[in-house]
Amino acid sequence: MRLLIVDDSNIIRRSIQREIGDQNHEIRTAGDGIEALKVFDEFKPDIVTMDITMPNMDGLSCVEHILQKNAQTRILVISALADKGTAVEAVKRGATGFLLKPFTSETLATEITELFVD
Amino acid sequence: MITQQEVDTMPEDDLRVFVKGTEYFFLQVTSSRAEVSTPFIKEASDKVIDDFSAVIGISGTQRGCVYYSAPREMIRELVTHYGETEASDDLYADCVGEIANTISGNAREYLGPGFMISVPVVFRGRAEDVRFPHDAPAFVIPILWNGHRSSLILCLKKDEKEPPTFDPEMLKEIAS
Repeated sequence: MRLLIVDDSNIIRRSIQREIGDQNHEIRTAGDGIEALKVFDEFKPDIVTMDITMPNMDGLSCVEHILQKNAQTRILVISALADKGTAVEAVKRGATGFLLKPFTSETLATEITELFVD
Repeated sequence: MITQQEVDTMPEDDLRVFVKGTEYFFLQVTSSRAEVSTPFIKEASDKVIDDFSAVIGISGTQRGCVYYSAPREMIRELVTHYGETEASDDLYADCVGEIANTISGNAREYLGPGFMISVPVVFRGRAEDVRFPHDAPAFVIPILWNGHRSSLILCLKKDEKEPPTFDPEMLKEIAS
């Protein structure tokens, strides 16, 4: 499986990467929505983890663009925006799941595993 | 000069949202409790900016900034709870940005989606000339975690009748 991690925080990208790193998946990262779309085109990931609040292009817009490119992509939105409306909006735009920050390694592992299994 | 009316624009409930959010953040990320002291209004002589700081611009139903500032030794310990074994100033700066972003974003559970947050702008060093919005009081929430003191600083204004006074360009000036 190919996985793209999108977050403007390096520490979060690395944290997610470590969680998945020993599962023999190919992983690439991007720091904003624009970079994510470029990486998506060349890497063609099966799964994407997506932050929302990022420079240049926010994660919810990026979700839409990615699903226009490939509707089969599974996208887990990982965000600190804790109002219910944001999670609902993410799913409306096509996200497979929503994980609230701050997350523990256990909750992250559970969500990631579900993405791979689905 | 901050007026009493402006001080009153920060309801106790809103302060409590950030106190609870800060406690939740440290417990969730580090599995150990942070002791959050009673918030106070920052005076000009109060030094609250430490080695690494981040500021989030707030717009929408409230306007202003949320700052988080912490000493190097604290962030060095904190990044290990993200699984980091490396140590670098870039990583520490990124970490304070993530803390400010997470606590501010989590506040939307109670403050609603109209509490709109910017991406964090991070800066380093105990700058004496950090600018705070001039027309809103700066509430300092002192945080004690693992023997280290850090601060969450809220400069927020709710009065929607007045025109916005928060200048997004200020974030760039703070970071420069």
